Amino acid sequence: MTGCAMTALLEMRSITKTFPGVKALDEVNLTVREGEIHALVGENGAGKSTLMKVLSGVYPAGSYEGEIHYDGALAEFRDISDSERRGIIIIHQELALVPLLSIAENLFLGNEQATRGVIDWQATFRRTEELLRKVGLKEAPATLVDNLGVGKQQLVEIAKALSKEVRLLILDEPTAALSESDSQALLNLILELKAQGVTSIIISHKLNEVRRVADTVTVIRDGTTISTLDARVEKITEDRIVRDMVGRDIAHRYPERERRAGDVLFEVGGWNVWHPTHAERQVIRDVNFHVRAGEVVGIAGLMGSGRTELAMSLFGRSYGRNISGQVAIRGVPADLSSVDRAIAAGLAYVTEDRKSLGLVLEETIQRNITLANLAEVSAGGVLNENEETKVSERYRRAMNIRTPSVFQRVMNLSGGNQQKVVLSKWLFTGPEILILDEPTRGIDVGAKFEIYGIINELSAEGKGVVMISSEMPELLGMCDRIYIMNEGAFVGELTAEEASQERIMSLIVTE
Amino acid sequence: MAVAETTGAEVETRNIGEYLMSHLREYGLLFALIVIMVFFQVVTDGTLLRPVNITNLLLQNSYIIIMALGMLIVIVSGNIDLSVGSVMGFIGALAAVMIVEMGVSTYLTMLVCLAVGGVIGAAQGYWVAYWKIPSFIVTLAGMLVFRGLSLWLLEGQSVGPFPKEFQLIANGYVPDIFPAWIGEALAPIFDARKVNVLALVTGFVAAGFVVWSGLRKRARDRAYGIVGEPRSFFVARNVIVGAALIFIMYKLSTFRGLPNVLITMGVLTVIYAFITEKTTIGRRVYALGGNAKAAKLSGIRTERLTFLSFVNMGVLAAAAGMVFAARLNTAQPKAGFALELDVIAAVFIGGASMSGGVGKIVGAVVGAFLMGVLNNGMSIMGIGIDYQQMIKGLVLLAAVIFDVYNKGKQG
Repeated sequence: MTGCAMTALLEMRSITKTFPGVKALDEVNLTVREGEIHALVGENGAGKSTLMKVLSGVYPAGSYEGEIHYDGALAEFRDISDSERRGIIIIHQELALVPLLSIAENLFLGNEQATRGVIDWQATFRRTEELLRKVGLKEAPATLVDNLGVGKQQLVEIAKALSKEVRLLILDEPTAALSESDSQALLNLILELKAQGVTSIIISHKLNEVRRVADTVTVIRDGTTISTLDARVEKITEDRIVRDMVGRDIAHRYPERERRAGDVLFEVGGWNVWHPTHAERQVIRDVNFHVRAGEVVGIAGLMGSGRTELAMSLFGRSYGRNISGQVAIRGVPADLSSVDRAIAAGLAYVTEDRKSLGLVLEETIQRNITLANLAEVSAGGVLNENEETKVSERYRRAMNIRTPSVFQRVMNLSGGNQQKVVLSKWLFTGPEILILDEPTRGIDVGAKFEIYGIINELSAEGKGVVMISSEMPELLGMCDRIYIMNEGAFVGELTAEEASQERIMSLIVTE
Repeated sequence: MAVAETTGAEVETRNIGEYLMSHLREYGLLFALIVIMVFFQVVTDGTLLRPVNITNLLLQNSYIIIMALGMLIVIVSGNIDLSVGSVMGFIGALAAVMIVEMGVSTYLTMLVCLAVGGVIGAAQGYWVAYWKIPSFIVTLAGMLVFRGLSLWLLEGQSVGPFPKEFQLIANGYVPDIFPAWIGEALAPIFDARKVNVLALVTGFVAAGFVVWSGLRKRARDRAYGIVGEPRSFFVARNVIVGAALIFIMYKLSTFRGLPNVLITMGVLTVIYAFITEKTTIGRRVYALGGNAKAAKLSGIRTERLTFLSFVNMGVLAAAAGMVFAARLNTAQPKAGFALELDVIAAVFIGGASMSGGVGKIVGAVVGAFLMGVLNNGMSIMGIGIDYQQMIKGLVLLAAVIFDVYNKGKQG
């Protein structure tokens, strides 16, 4: 067995990658030995994905500093196909399969078994069967990918990697969307591939899984390598990993706020939501929570845990079907069955994806700010543009939106300023309860601080704020209470005093 | 002192350059229309701008313009309607059958036709809005269905003629409300047999209105510190547009005055320009086309809005159908054949974007006129229909390429 060879297959030395204004990776080192399973862990935004993009050539050689040594030689990948030729294959969290093509067609997409452009279907199906046997998937090669569950789709992705003669397999959150038994099957497969000499890098949040399969664990935080732990030398504990993942000083990054919660403002009970197209999948399971006036309540959880789905299903049933449960505002049952009713009831939802869900990019700042409350700036259906300008100028000053004028198109603004436009739009509807979904994603530190200030002002005005965030320090710094969500259900609730990153993380990973 | 002056002038020039770049499309369209008109005026030895030809030009393009108003809204909201030519033909057939064969009164027929147009729009809009079936497919089906229905209704025959009052929709002229002696007094000055004073006055009023609303917008821009149109551009544009309006009305006044259709067209254009630019429903249409998901999450009932845009299109197609039938004075089974393409072309030439959210009523109207002038001019020159089609196709392509190129440069 070659699994224990000590030679390094991959060495990434002092990788530094900067984006305009941000240093995403700072002198990161990663050494992966031939035949091992190497886990790469860290919080969202720590730089794991960027590092993998550097490795696979998405960011080509020359766009980063540092060296990649692969298979004993300096490697300078120009693009993904370049790295794939050398046997480095990455399987992303969002699977890259074509749903309406068969398993066989997907496996050989771009790599068709063909002579002079004519596909040899016999060879295709024969090889597909071989590969499916290898990954332990009992499906006919002609089955449409659309008819497979996520777990099986994941196996098809791995079979696809095997068809390309993979040497280094990179799996980005492979079990995030899988059920327990599918996860086990996948982990077993990865161990089996290791026995056959395939080296793997697994990016995962599930530390119990990491501990089970990984030979080596590298922890990345804020774009730098924190530690590399070798399971063959010492026993790796989850506590140790968590400590390395989160250990940072979080004082003074959040503006001070006097915490003073009033009466219960918003209450949700027995909330259940099913997937809009896969009728058998329950996305939200019996969620109960409440928000008091002047309170900032956080919802922590991993990507895909159902936080956004919960928010969208509450906000005018914008997600899911067969929605059931009760909602009350100030103790009175509220009708949130459509977006305009939800707005009228005093709800506002600042979407996670501001470009595709929050803004009309072609339009001006002014037109975006007034969009959700045109009634306020019109009489008898006729718009009063002077009033619109006054309103948007007011928000421009109050929110400190940096722009020469409110007639600027929002597509020309930076992420932070765009987010302030979205916030302005929702504040102009005069909400009582604001649900903020990843309000600081992708914006710089200065703008983040400003947005925290705005959130504090809102809570001082007695509004209820629900904050969904993948950045745990942000939740700890801002929230009075934090609910912890996993796989569509709330698995815990911590007050500001009780909460710590370790406790949240352990609630998530142990369920 | 001298240095300061230079800097000021430089800033001014850069501002003009920037402004021109960001509004290249609007000026380009106006400029293209002027160039094309001047070109045909010269090569047709002045025939293009003869009063009788201007009248013809307006009548020939009236139904396209009427439908372009509805089509602009449909396209801005992110859809398309391929059925309007067929619907127009069908409504013409319906009007003919009702009036000529069944003896229903003209006015009742007109009301029924508009209502049927609305129902047709609703029937198509329902599938698009609430079932999310692509509008291209629904209206392609509608195109075939209503083409077939007109054939069935007319039993393959032409039906006509229409009574006088129905013909007036397209062929009538607004009577001169001013005393006859004014016109007679003016006639020798303009070297014409008689002058329709109403047309002349309308020209001045329309020109005045354009300048007045332009000034108002400018004052508003200045009050809010918006970098508006440079003064020289503003003056030039208003002088050209105002003079063109007065000139056309003057020409019309020396012929038979204001065609009824021109009034219908003008009033509808103003109404739709107002709706799209000044009302909440118009604003919502742009938001829907610009980003449907964001619009929906902002509390806009996007399905209903899409549905209504098709109902509106149906009513306008019905109005166009009646104008078309009245103009030809018969309903023909082939009426409106392939006309939807002219309407759609006009909207895209006018600067609307295929992906929705962008486009203006005035642009669509100017786009329709541009196509109309091309048609008319080439016909006068005796250019065959083969070349006409090719040239129109290339103009459409050029306009859209210009848009895309322009957008790429800005982004």
